[in-house]
Amino acid sequence: MKRFFRRRPKVSLLAALLVAALCTAALLHNGQAAAAATSAAATKSAVTITNYSFHPATLTVKKGTTVTWVNKDDDVHTIKSLDGPEAFNSPALDSGNQFGFTFHHAGTYHYICSVHPYMHGVIVVR
Amino acid sequence: MSKVVGPNGVGRRQAMKHLLWGGAGVVWTFAGGVPRSLRVGEEAEAGEMRGFTFGQISDSHIGFKAGAHPSAQDTLVDAVGRMAALKPDFVIHTGDVSHLSTAGQFATAADIMQGVKRDVYYVPGEHDTIGDEGKLFFQRFGRGRGTGGWYSFDAHGVHFVGLVNVVKLTQTGLGWFGPEQLKWLGEDLRHRSASTPIVAFTHMPMWSIYPQWGWGTEDAAPALAALRRFGSVTILNGHIHQVIQKVEGNVTYHTAYSTAFPQPSPGVGPGPGPLQVPADKLKTLLGIRRLDFVADRVSLTDTTLAD
Repeated sequence: MKRFFRRRPKVSLLAALLVAALCTAALLHNGQAAAAATSAAATKSAVTITNYSFHPATLTVKKGTTVTWVNKDDDVHTIKSLDGPEAFNSPALDSGNQFGFTFHHAGTYHYICSVHPYMHGVIVVR
Repeated sequence: MSKVVGPNGVGRRQAMKHLLWGGAGVVWTFAGGVPRSLRVGEEAEAGEMRGFTFGQISDSHIGFKAGAHPSAQDTLVDAVGRMAALKPDFVIHTGDVSHLSTAGQFATAADIMQGVKRDVYYVPGEHDTIGDEGKLFFQRFGRGRGTGGWYSFDAHGVHFVGLVNVVKLTQTGLGWFGPEQLKWLGEDLRHRSASTPIVAFTHMPMWSIYPQWGWGTEDAAPALAALRRFGSVTILNGHIHQVIQKVEGNVTYHTAYSTAFPQPSPGVGPGPGPLQVPADKLKTLLGIRRLDFVADRVSLTDTTLAD
């Protein structure tokens, strides 16, 4: 499943984070959900694009994690998988835009920016 | 490599000095395939018959906006006004028409480009082919029939070749023509006389300017092998948003200004991202190109939007 955000203002981003926090709190009664929330919190699920590279270049997450790529460069980038159990290919991400992808299958995913294919990243899903 | 001596006895060493320091406001004149530089305003040899003029616009990046940078639309409007004033026979656009390959950005660019009031021959940049291998771009700007977007045409005895090296980039980020296009190029050129002046234009440089930033074309060598037998070969490209020249025998390479934003000198700084410059300096780093053909000689004039 793809989630794609374009030019979302900071206010709504904050609102989204607040909603996410409330949902997490509400789910704490459920042991399984709490465990998932804890591991999600312990696993970085964001990749930042700065200076034509992905940071971190390799990110390891648990199955079910949504990874969000945030383009902090002034140039346009994309996220395009080269291999792995699932394929993903973002639209053009303008400066400040982001793209999310939820990983449902364990495996190693190599990806590039299709505009600058020398930009390489890896997502490892366990 | 053969020794390069200019018509005025300018040796290779001196010619290279000009090449290194040549830039805005320098005119390159071809004499038998060998360029010499003139100051802007200095006329080519008197008494020569006027041939024809064409223009080059590049890297308009409609949709680009970053920091304090003004609209790329406004600077393209400025560039187009200057180009129209030159009254060229036609104009080539060497790619990155849009910033994000959207239909809206292509439409805006096409509207603005109509201001040159001349035919425009486009080739795509990698910003024009994001996500769809250039489908939207070619729908609007394509001239290649039954090809992957590449094409040729003749004007006043000069053979023009528009090449596509951005639809499939290599894993190191370099441009790539691919075997199908190279075969087409060989066939397109095969029966032409070696005295036909050739102008090849494409988006990414056909010489290795800075491969670490993808500033080159992986399979340029076979294309050049097909071009090299011609007495006058001029290769025009965009992509790096600055004017750099290089000479290899009868082949000369010229990168062009962008109309949207400048980029750093090759390898200078951490990456090829848009160069942040003070607002009052911006237009000194954006520009257009005029090319004048007289017989088989072409002279190039790069002018900035501040000139």
